Amino acid sequence: MPLWDWNYAFDILPDLVLALVTTIEITLLGSVVALLLGLVFAVLRRLHIPVLDQVLWAFIEVVRSTPLLVQVFFLFFVLPQFGITLSAFVVGVVGLGIHYATYTSEVYRAGIDAIPKGQWEACTALSLPRLRVWTGVILPQAVPRVLPALGNYVISMFKEVPLLLAIGVVEVVNEAREIGSLTFRYTEPYTIAGLLFLLLSYPASMLVRRLERRRAAA
Amino acid sequence: MDNLPQIVSVLGDGIPETVIATLGGVLLTIVLSFGAGLLLLSPSRTARGVTRVYVEGFRGTSEVVQLFWIYFVLPVLVGFQLLPLFAGIVVLGLNHGAYGAEIVRGAIQSVPRAQYEGAIALSLSPAQRMRRVIFPQAFVEMLPPFNNLFIQLLKSTAILALITVPEVTRQAREVLIPNYGSDTLLIFGVTFVIYLILAALITLGMRLLERAASARLGRRPSRAARLAAKATAGVAS
Repeated sequence: MPLWDWNYAFDILPDLVLALVTTIEITLLGSVVALLLGLVFAVLRRLHIPVLDQVLWAFIEVVRSTPLLVQVFFLFFVLPQFGITLSAFVVGVVGLGIHYATYTSEVYRAGIDAIPKGQWEACTALSLPRLRVWTGVILPQAVPRVLPALGNYVISMFKEVPLLLAIGVVEVVNEAREIGSLTFRYTEPYTIAGLLFLLLSYPASMLVRRLERRRAAA
Repeated sequence: MDNLPQIVSVLGDGIPETVIATLGGVLLTIVLSFGAGLLLLSPSRTARGVTRVYVEGFRGTSEVVQLFWIYFVLPVLVGFQLLPLFAGIVVLGLNHGAYGAEIVRGAIQSVPRAQYEGAIALSLSPAQRMRRVIFPQAFVEMLPPFNNLFIQLLKSTAILALITVPEVTRQAREVLIPNYGSDTLLIFGVTFVIYLILAALITLGMRLLERAASARLGRRPSRAARLAAKATAGVAS
């Protein structure tokens, strides 16, 4: 038997690409959770509300220092005991989203901290309402500067999706594993799975790097 | 709560595997980071090109794919199978080494140009220039990002559960969940605590190293590094 069988490789390609769509779906939905929740975390921490501030700090530290896989198991096995049963797909989206929200919140925080003090003072001088200060002045300046960093985290999330095979989500790697277990040939499925990741994440990271350079130049 | 002693003991059995995987991975990461990081700055185009392929290849694909590839595909191609723990360490090292290479490259490039020029003016050889002037300064810059990288690596050891390494996460999933199905909160609560402690130990170690490295340069260490040193002042002596 040859080490690499092109016919076999082309046969399984459609199934793998189809599974890649699931991977991309989870990445995009997870990113929405991470980008929104991270912003909420960053703004809440900036407000320095007693107790909530410490609770949020502890939560972020725990989520950042423990494996995503354990967090995914937590959502998958612990929540049902409290009457919340989520499908593996939703657990994946929520798990990835919360995990990466703790990272994006740091990114947003850096962006908010970089806003000159004069901007805050001007808001006070104009006696803008609290909400307008954030939505009209601070965030429109803070978010664009941190877009490249956020983009990098979206790419990282994409590469972490295969973890979800541990709870039965059929993404690319799990599909590759199933194909392999039917044919007893693992070389082609796993290699193609790897190449598919590279094919998407490399151009994406090039794009982010270009964005980074453009920001640095501006 | 009645099952807490058993749960702690079963998870405790996984700690050596997690620690070995982390330490082995860290060791390989350090070697590859410095090797590849320096090659990325090499004057030879070929050396830079080959290293780029390694760095982008490992940064561009998923760690789980890399793990499965080395554990399931490599044996078919080369004819021998790596032990699960060993395969895990290799993947952790190769993956994080690719990220570490960029840290090393960035830190060396961030040393001010005048330092190179000064070393040349003193007619130091290229090796002396690197060893005596550039590297010690770059090294301090590398420590905080390496701290983050090593914590990422610790977290990544959990995926070794997927290739049957009996580390902490696998103990929780495969041994405890089937047997103590009603104590899931406790099981994962203890698991989180174990990883938190291990992560704190890595941070503490790196802060102490940062303090020592800054002191060597005659610089004041960062506030965090000073606090870490203070916290361990009684323990070390």
